[in-house]
Amino acid sequence: MKRAAHIVKSLFLQELIKGLSVTGRHLFKKKITVQYPDEKTPMSFRFRGLHAQRRYPNGEERCIACKLCEAVCPALAITIDSDVRDDGSRRTTRYDIDLSKCIFCGFCEEACPVDAIVETRIFEYHGENRDDLYYTKDKLLAVGDKMEDSIARDRKLDAPYR
Amino acid sequence: MSELHSYTMNFGPQHPAAHGVLRLVLEMDGEVIKRADPHIGLLHRATEKLAESKPYNQSIGYMDRLDYVSMMCNEHAYVMAIEKLLGIEVPLRAQYIRVMFDEITRILNHLLWLAGHGLDIGAMTMFLYCFREREDLMDAYEAVSGARLHATYYRPGGVYRDLPDRMPQYETSKWHNQKDVDRLNENRQGSLLDFIWDFTERFPKHVDEYETLLTDNRIWKQRTVGIGVVSPERAKALGFTGPMLRGSGVEWDLRKKQPYEVYDRMDFDIPVGSEGDTYDRYLVRIEEFRQSNRIIRQCVEWLRNNPGSVMVDDHKLVPPDREAMKHDMEALIHHFKLFTEGYCLPEGQAYSAVEHPKGEFGIYLVSDGANKPYRLKIRAPGFVHLSALDEMARGHMLADVVALIGTQDIVFGEVDR
Repeated sequence: MKRAAHIVKSLFLQELIKGLSVTGRHLFKKKITVQYPDEKTPMSFRFRGLHAQRRYPNGEERCIACKLCEAVCPALAITIDSDVRDDGSRRTTRYDIDLSKCIFCGFCEEACPVDAIVETRIFEYHGENRDDLYYTKDKLLAVGDKMEDSIARDRKLDAPYR
Repeated sequence: MSELHSYTMNFGPQHPAAHGVLRLVLEMDGEVIKRADPHIGLLHRATEKLAESKPYNQSIGYMDRLDYVSMMCNEHAYVMAIEKLLGIEVPLRAQYIRVMFDEITRILNHLLWLAGHGLDIGAMTMFLYCFREREDLMDAYEAVSGARLHATYYRPGGVYRDLPDRMPQYETSKWHNQKDVDRLNENRQGSLLDFIWDFTERFPKHVDEYETLLTDNRIWKQRTVGIGVVSPERAKALGFTGPMLRGSGVEWDLRKKQPYEVYDRMDFDIPVGSEGDTYDRYLVRIEEFRQSNRIIRQCVEWLRNNPGSVMVDDHKLVPPDREAMKHDMEALIHHFKLFTEGYCLPEGQAYSAVEHPKGEFGIYLVSDGANKPYRLKIRAPGFVHLSALDEMARGHMLADVVALIGTQDIVFGEVDR
């Protein structure tokens, strides 16, 4: 009896038709496609993307050249030189991040005592050669100036958890 | 001229069905395989040696990159080894979060396995359906850690941050009006836990769909039943673990046999196969979808009712919170000390193993009392499984090699390390 049922089922392609009905139903379902450059998937406020250097509201750069990020970076992607500025404050003369080395672990942001180095929501940066992915202090500050609103908003949302 | 009997053939390393950078040298007699010789090492990054040169915490990110489809499970074994040497107890809430994300990782891994395995042997729809579900879990990863893949979320002493109370939302565009966006955002109104709960409500139905498409399908069965049969004795002798071992009918699961974290409080079953062929291993993994789903639901229920700390309160080991660091001199000193020197482990050695989606993933850690490991050994399940490929492939046809690589669930990040 079991054998007969099996023969009938396989003769009439029962399991194939069942499978086709699943794919057929999906054909008429609402699509979940996100049309990428025009719209994007939701992004968490904890997102770790391209780095940025921040400034204080008065325009002064935050970084004090404590070099914690350089020390904690697992990929050794950060290089810092520092010097005393004319006003007597300690600042970086060089702050480079080699993005082709960076593994985006977020430790630099965790380590920074003054919230100077942060990771932004930018994920679609690119470079045509290696130099384009070598971010210097000026480039990082420019990213920070451009993204300050979103950076500040995200840090505020995440503050209770850190 | 002597007659040509067998010939050798290169499979990979650029073959799309080789799941990465596997190079197989196959000795063939016609279309039948006489010997399969896997050549590995094309993705070798010296993770073990790399870990010897940096403080303990800095290697967590590299653990993600071992088996890059089950990220948090790798981290788990690593941080557990450190915790074992330190002899610390992790807060209960952190343990539940870890178990929940281990199981989310298991589903992520098995979804990618099913997608790839299906695609390799002719079921392309699986690829699309599985990636749809993966997207939700990736969002959970991103919400909690900030990265969709390489999370760096587990830390010795707990997890980095507590679960967020809100989920990011879709926004309107020229493709989707407010009504569409409201529908897409329906499950994103509450916290991350609500989002995961909603996923677990839907997921069993999706697994049913996968089963409708594959389990009885005659093509699927022809490609998997009786392929790569491993007897329970041989499976044990070859050192198999995880679904490869359970597919052969051996009931062995570290989550039950050596419970770590809060697995002993969880209610779940271990699926076991009977024949030890590719089809049985497929069924085992499908059932693991459902069991993982069950565990996640239990974790979500507990986590909802039990807020609390997710890190041990020991600032010799974990940095103080940022608010304290900015106002308290002692906290700032701890912060600087931890991010430069890290912490030292007592002299000794520890082995910690987790039930990784692929099998037993272990970290063997030797400490000489410094702030970095003296030696770190990674026990990768994929490496052991791959070394049995020759035995499994002998006598099969060339096309079955693809099914065998699929059923072993090989990922080269962990094989080559």
